[in-house]
Amino acid sequence: MSKIHVTTKVNGDDVEFLADPRESLLDCLRDKLDLTGAKEGCGTGDCGACSVSLDGTLVCSCLVLGVEAQGKTIETVEGMAQDGDLHPLQRKFIEHAALQCGFCTPGILVAAKNLLERNPDPTETEIRYWLAGNLCRCTGYDKIVRAVQDAAAEMRGAA
Amino acid sequence: MSVAKPLPHDSGPLHVSGRARYIDDVPLPANTLHLAFGLATVAHGEIASMDLSAVRAAPGVVAVWTAEDLPFANDVSPSVHDEPMLATGTVHYVGQPVFLVIAESHLQARKAARLGRIDYRERPAILTVDQALAADSRFEDGPVIWEKGAAEAAIAAAPHVIEGRFDMGGQEHFYLEGQAAFALPAEGGVVVQSSTQHPTEIQHKVAEALGLSMNAVRVECRRMGGGFGGKESQGNALAVSCGLVAHLTGRPAKMRYDRDDDMVITGKRHDFRIEYRAGVDETGRILGISFRHLVRCGWSQDLSLPVADRAMLHADNAYLLENVRIESHRLKTNTQSATAYRGFGGPQGMLGIERAMDHIAHELGLDPLALRRANYYAEAPGASPPDPQSISTTKKQTTPYHMEVEDFILHAITDRLEAASDFAARKAAVATWNAGNAILKKGIALTPVKFGISFTLTHLNQAGALVHVYQDGSIHLNHGGTEMGQGLFRKVAQVAASSFGVDIATVAITATDTGKVPNTSATAASSGSDLNGMAVKAACDTIRGRMAEFLAREHQTIPAKVHFENGRVFVGGDEIGFAEAVARCYEGRVSLSSTGFYATPKVSWDRKAGRGRAFYYFAYGAAVSEVVIDTLTGENRILRTDILHDCGASLNPAIDIGQIEGGFVQGAGWLTTEELVWDDRGRLRTHAPSTYKIPACSDRPRIFNVTLWDGENREETIYRSKAVGEPPFMHGISVFSALGAACAACGPHFPDLQAPATAEAVLAAVKRARGAA
Ligand code: FES
Ligand code: FES
Repeated sequence: MSKIHVTTKVNGDDVEFLADPRESLLDCLRDKLDLTGAKEGCGTGDCGACSVSLDGTLVCSCLVLGVEAQGKTIETVEGMAQDGDLHPLQRKFIEHAALQCGFCTPGILVAAKNLLERNPDPTETEIRYWLAGNLCRCTGYDKIVRAVQDAAAEMRGAA
Repeated sequence: MSVAKPLPHDSGPLHVSGRARYIDDVPLPANTLHLAFGLATVAHGEIASMDLSAVRAAPGVVAVWTAEDLPFANDVSPSVHDEPMLATGTVHYVGQPVFLVIAESHLQARKAARLGRIDYRERPAILTVDQALAADSRFEDGPVIWEKGAAEAAIAAAPHVIEGRFDMGGQEHFYLEGQAAFALPAEGGVVVQSSTQHPTEIQHKVAEALGLSMNAVRVECRRMGGGFGGKESQGNALAVSCGLVAHLTGRPAKMRYDRDDDMVITGKRHDFRIEYRAGVDETGRILGISFRHLVRCGWSQDLSLPVADRAMLHADNAYLLENVRIESHRLKTNTQSATAYRGFGGPQGMLGIERAMDHIAHELGLDPLALRRANYYAEAPGASPPDPQSISTTKKQTTPYHMEVEDFILHAITDRLEAASDFAARKAAVATWNAGNAILKKGIALTPVKFGISFTLTHLNQAGALVHVYQDGSIHLNHGGTEMGQGLFRKVAQVAASSFGVDIATVAITATDTGKVPNTSATAASSGSDLNGMAVKAACDTIRGRMAEFLAREHQTIPAKVHFENGRVFVGGDEIGFAEAVARCYEGRVSLSSTGFYATPKVSWDRKAGRGRAFYYFAYGAAVSEVVIDTLTGENRILRTDILHDCGASLNPAIDIGQIEGGFVQGAGWLTTEELVWDDRGRLRTHAPSTYKIPACSDRPRIFNVTLWDGENREETIYRSKAVGEPPFMHGISVFSALGAACAACGPHFPDLQAPATAEAVLAAVKRARGAA
């Protein structure tokens, strides 16, 4: 099958790649753009390890086709740190020990960032339900929720 | 000093920026081959014919191999060579690898793997424990039986006999990173990167398959995206496949299982049926008890025997059983070969007696917690004031396998947790709630954990380490343990930094590598920091000793007067920086590199006889959970959990609390939402997260308090800490016990809740409580 030329913006940079029309955005990011932060945990939209933001909407990149990214703006975990400074969420995840094996972490960070962009002051329950699509097998989630709350508080203070 | 500090995970900055590399993230050489298995579609049958022409003709396929194409050993078993990597004539479960596809891309390999046409002469499949018992399909000649005292006589003479039987399901590991391996051809052999808890075994199996000696194979593992026991032996097939392809084609080879394949191919936690018969007196004291464990092991032996042993070793949990008999049947079935999983059989054995406790309390109308306490082992001297209620504290108390329990602290832990969780008042509030609410019923329970620490195969209790101090004062650390998220690397780096009195940033942590430290045991049995921490300390102490000797000579003092602290070295009255001290030692031609070795003392275990000191020590803890069930739908929630857990003198409280929280949630998942369903043809129907439900963020207890017990290990472990990987998993039993209590609040009968307590299981239990059969 012939490949399709895709131009898109990833983490602020214009990029282009050739995609098989059946290839997932996740595979395009990982295999063509060397952005391996987003992970494949299931490939079926159930675990959230592949979470990225597409024109501001949180998506499972394993369920989006690479060609659908044409003309859109993608943000991945690799773009969270600005000029070498970690995003408050990233810092709080380290401080709160909100990660163990770390495989779920990029997806959860992207999802949490997306939440805080819509709702800078989420309740504990809102955080839990927003993140319910991001599975973590290691941490038991408690420290993740706390890290998100703490980062949100810091970001509100800074704003 | 670095130990005892809550330092964050060493890879944290890499993890949060997406730069921590797992096998699938490693950039591949352009000519890498990708592999996939073609899988059996029947549970038991002989291969009558195999037509792989469509597979060979599929786009991108380079070669397709069957068992006949393997030049040397066709075996990926970690134990008794009964697990061919590719099926040889007969298939034994749905999902068994039959042929290997080698292709230019991952997707091409996977697509081609579906195109095999295999005809089978089907044989009757043995899927359930009942079928296995009827067919006498088992490992070993008969059941393993351990006995202490005279259980049958004691039960017969007891005023009350309570008996029951219940089924507990298995559990999928669901490590977020699926199994993966990658191999590069090398001069005379291969270099393999594997997501494995057991690099030495990978090395061993790859060497056998290549017809090479172990020194021709090097295995590396930097990190895993979770393991939980599922990467102790289940990664062998991928690593061997990659090793073979790399060696025979001269091209790099990579293999990873897609999630569905991973769940269909690999082994899981053993499901058990446990039958119990207890003879008790009026106060609920157990006079005699017998257990029968029916263990569904799957098609090959794998690690099932030690898993079933460990279940027997935890049949007592926290309770002194004077007259006890445990019978364990290791049944062979046409399903995935069940394997290691956090707790390694311990949780199943423990749940057996915890269920019996709840049952006894229900039948005799006793308070479940008072009943538990009355049966506890006696407290170790000095741990807390002796409990007048408890059994004689003067007599030696032994486990069912005749090991003396010397370090029991659960009386004190239970007291403290009861108070901290406000247990009595909340229990009364639950009763009031239940009296006033017909639909939503609550339950609360406190359950203890006593978990034995050591490999039961004595020779595995050893570890090695390699430490280099470079001339600029930086330290390179390597040891035999693997990092799966448990923070092991951070803990051992803390040990090294403490030994030299330097900042942890001075210590570089490197990938586990069979070329650096040989003959390692799996990172399993919670032993990672106990064993490797000690080995690292031994290596550091050796180097430090050499440095001290040299510096003492230079300063005309004695080595005992040389101290390493805060990045400085104090020699007699002088003080120099650590880097400078190192540079001087280097110039003085002092060896700044050392191996270290550790073998756990005291353990000796005769598994045939079921006798001996199976464990170096026990780790303890207790949990209180409060739950609510909806009696119309069976839905349930954990409202609050309080855990008090013993890590000895914690090496790193942040990491330990993380292990406790994560372990508890995983244990609660095992007993609530995580249900494995096979159909009557032996096909696993729950092979993706869409149908197999691990706890999500929204399932976490509404209130969740975790506290560390502030004692230290009586035994001389690394800085008197205790292992923490597995024991907290069993705090999940408190949720199951509380759910049972909530069901019991629905009627007069024992609800006999089965595990996992899915909505269906809860509804059925509510019905039984109400008396509807
Ligand atoms: S990999 Fe996309 S949701 Fe799991
Ligand atoms: S940290 Fe391992 S899956 Fe979340």
